[in-house]
Amino acid sequence: MPWDLVLNVAIAGILTGLVYGLMALGLSVIFGVVRVVNFAHGEMMTIAMYAAVVLFAAFRLDPFLAVLPVAVAFFAFGYLLQAGLINPFITRPEHSQFMLLVAVAIVLVNGLLLAFGPDARNVLVDYQLESYAVGRILFDKARVFAAAMAVATSAALFAFFRFTRTGKAIRACADNYLGAKVVGLNVKRYYALTFGLGSACVAVAGCMMILLVDVTPSLGPAYTLLAFVIVIVGGLGSMGGALLGGVLIGLSEALAGVFIEPSAKSMFSFALLILVLLFRPQGLLGRKVS
Amino acid sequence: MTQRINRRQFNQAAAGLAAAAAFAPFGIVRAQAAKLKVGVLLPRSGVQGFIGQSCQKGADLAPGVIKEMLGVDIELMNADTESNVDTARTRAERLIQEGAHVLVGPFDSGAAVAIAQVAEQRGVPFVINIAAAPPITKQGYKFVFRNFQTAIDIVRNGLDLIGDLFRASNVAPRTAVFMHVNDTFGQAMAKGIGAILPGRTQLPFKLVDTISYDPAAKDLTVEISKARASNPDFLLLVCRLNDAILLRREMVKQRWNPMGIISPGSPGMYEEQYFKTLGKLSEYSISNVPWYNPKAELTAVVEKAFLKQNPKDKLVFHALNVGFTFEAILIAADAFKRARSTEPKTLAEAIRQTNIAKKMMLGAPIKFSAEGQVEGIGSACVQNLGGIPTVVLPQGAATAKPVFPAPYYKKA
Repeated sequence: MPWDLVLNVAIAGILTGLVYGLMALGLSVIFGVVRVVNFAHGEMMTIAMYAAVVLFAAFRLDPFLAVLPVAVAFFAFGYLLQAGLINPFITRPEHSQFMLLVAVAIVLVNGLLLAFGPDARNVLVDYQLESYAVGRILFDKARVFAAAMAVATSAALFAFFRFTRTGKAIRACADNYLGAKVVGLNVKRYYALTFGLGSACVAVAGCMMILLVDVTPSLGPAYTLLAFVIVIVGGLGSMGGALLGGVLIGLSEALAGVFIEPSAKSMFSFALLILVLLFRPQGLLGRKVS
Repeated sequence: MTQRINRRQFNQAAAGLAAAAAFAPFGIVRAQAAKLKVGVLLPRSGVQGFIGQSCQKGADLAPGVIKEMLGVDIELMNADTESNVDTARTRAERLIQEGAHVLVGPFDSGAAVAIAQVAEQRGVPFVINIAAAPPITKQGYKFVFRNFQTAIDIVRNGLDLIGDLFRASNVAPRTAVFMHVNDTFGQAMAKGIGAILPGRTQLPFKLVDTISYDPAAKDLTVEISKARASNPDFLLLVCRLNDAILLRREMVKQRWNPMGIISPGSPGMYEEQYFKTLGKLSEYSISNVPWYNPKAELTAVVEKAFLKQNPKDKLVFHALNVGFTFEAILIAADAFKRARSTEPKTLAEAIRQTNIAKKMMLGAPIKFSAEGQVEGIGSACVQNLGGIPTVVLPQGAATAKPVFPAPYYKKA
């Protein structure tokens, strides 16, 4: 097996995995604070991909530039979704939350089908088919840029939660709901804020993902499942775990394709999930539940 | 006390029964159908949506053309299989329940297998427009008919045309990597190539690797990396439309420029969407596929009808899809005209006796074997030149010379 083949594929897997990680980061943030599993996560990312397509078609806006308006719109959408629809379900049984968000997902998928039809859409920016070459190693330009944006967004989110007052307040709500209420924090508002931030993460991931794959309405459920695999592997509620999980899944799919069979590469992300559930059920960076 | 029926009462009852049988609505429809109801099953959405919509154009123009040709009235009952085998099965059942006299479709081999089972169980004729998996007409079915090459025929004709291409170009590539979509069709083609290629000793190349991929894959980076790493002279490709586009883009990203991309017989690279999406990158791709005869009288008639319904489109981008779909409905209508009945067994028998010489697609007249398969369907070497799929071989049907190797070729 030529070494450059393995390295090229591994690099592509890691870069794609970083974008997956950003997508899963949004899910992890939402669950870590609000304790709601967003079963419409992949569908939201699909909407972000379509938003990037529409902005490109209408204004020739590069997805990198589309990130800002789309993220702002998704922040608002996430905030309102949490405040208006999901909040009443936080104290209800988990199966109610599940059904609510699955229903939201189905509405979103069918809405996309009505709006855009079933055919694949994409953007074609100038650099999308270009690559950097370092000897025999190739770096797909679009993938490099998308991964860089994913890392930058994750770093910004980490910094927000670690160094800002609002971020610390959100962490307080996540650590101790009652304690946060006692000290006078408006927990419902911070929950909505967190859902907005998680949605904005997904929006950035979607704008980057459209540079890598074409979008169809049916992509949503597949990405929801992928996001779940990543956060479970990484650790539900762990931000670092989401990124690590994304990279591991991207890398395992890529290397499985090289060493075993390309048509079976997605099987390996699920095999990894099974291993993690068996030997480290809290996820690689998740905290063990006592 | 026993009641006895007298002769008058008995005669009245018998007359009443006879009248009921004669005037039973079902009986009238079956015996005196003025119109043939054709259930058209095609993947108009999902991964094969583009191609299914292309096939649908052939179905849509068929009633008008066939009315003029044969004087037969056709009613289309369209159903979307959604590129899904289970949906295809369900839609077929529904069409039969809604009164379809014959089923036509479905482009995809997996769906064809499912619909064939339904058609056979329900005893309704099914004329396959496009589906290559050989086992479909090897099941001993009495109601299933196919006017399309099997994967073996496609591969045989396709490989022979590759040899003709190399001779015409005076080039002898030594190695090829074979990539194929991993579905019913792709696997059937792969089996066919595995069986036939070793015997084609006149072909100068050998396969250095075989790579299969998921037809619904969104990213083919790994697959192209593997193919490129084996350093072949050209790419032998069995694909569908969306993956053909993904593959070509990935080849550009990974700076892989082989002598050419040659399909021994698969959809994708001659489809309009391939040209629209890829632009100049679509040039020089080669597909050895069943194709229409540009010089046939029926082709001109169909083209006129096509342009009337699709004034902004070109038949050449839908040649295979429109041609075979139209011919499938033509077969059904021709049989209906001869049988003068929509009774399933009668109609099926009439289809079995089909002999249509005045056809659109290259090859021998449409005649079914005992297994329900048309033999002798021809293929052409179709190369993308100037944004149009152009016949470059056989020479008798060619409108341009082949370009091989492609100008972008860079020896590694």
